Amino acid sequence: MSATLDDLDRRLLWALQDDLPLRERPFAVLAARLGVNEDEVLQRLRRYLAEGIVTRFGPFFQVERMGGAFCLAAMAVPEERFEEVAATVGAFPQVAHNYRREHALNMWFVLAATRPEGIAEVAWAIEDAVSLRVWLFPKEREYFVRLRLRP
Amino acid sequence: MNGEALFVPDERDRALMLATQAGLPLEARPYHALAERLGWAPEEVFARLARLRAAGVIRRIAAAPNHYALGYVANGMSVWDVEDERVDEIGRWLAEQGEVSHCYRRPRALPLWRYNLFAMFHARERSEVERAVAAAAVRLAARFPGAVRAHEVLFSSRILKKTGVRLDF
Repeated sequence: MSATLDDLDRRLLWALQDDLPLRERPFAVLAARLGVNEDEVLQRLRRYLAEGIVTRFGPFFQVERMGGAFCLAAMAVPEERFEEVAATVGAFPQVAHNYRREHALNMWFVLAATRPEGIAEVAWAIEDAVSLRVWLFPKEREYFVRLRLRP
Repeated sequence: MNGEALFVPDERDRALMLATQAGLPLEARPYHALAERLGWAPEEVFARLARLRAAGVIRRIAAAPNHYALGYVANGMSVWDVEDERVDEIGRWLAEQGEVSHCYRRPRALPLWRYNLFAMFHARERSEVERAVAAAAVRLAARFPGAVRAHEVLFSSRILKKTGVRLDF
């Protein structure tokens, strides 16, 4: 399901992973750097969102700085219940993303809360909703990286 | 996590975060569009966004690319069972490997889960991820003899949900 990208798409998608300037016309700044016009940048960005090439364009919040928390969580979901459980888990707004992974623990998702206690609360609510144990893997330490995907 | 005091957003910070969490308006003057939506002066939007960014509440304003659509269809969560005394050294080393997007120390969940270090590898093919992880394991064994007891790669085979965080600020 790889998207078909031209050379400008590749350069633009690379540049869009950088911090957008806090300027009146930030896309014009970006466009000038790439040697295209502002409208071209905006039209392409809208297309990326419509086609799912970019899932979101906006601020990345670091909720920990406000006392909130993220937590990686996993469950061992019986195969025959997988779709049903995925739908239930996905309906929780505190679930940021959810991946199937090939392991006994086959469903891995990220929980987000505005207070640290919120993580345990939503984990209990999920356990209650699906009758399966939620294993929490909170981060104890982050080793800083900044990967950008080369389109 | 770090020693800095927590940032306490006020009502208007919260309103601003709520208004942007689904994304920035995709208009030529996005911050002005935001101000209009909120009924604020544009200067206030700029000032508050700058303050949130300086406080580290906003890491950056940018695109969240869909790895799959960009061809990074192989995403392997490498997990490592590492001696507790050396996990930070090894974590820092792993984080510097070019293919790694996130690297965290996390608690074990024994007996089910023995791993205490997680590093996410991205590549265009599963075999590339496997090669990169295997190469990292070889270099780790040489550099930190005996410190890594086991490792494994968990591949994602499906995205079940990817919305970014939607928080009730």
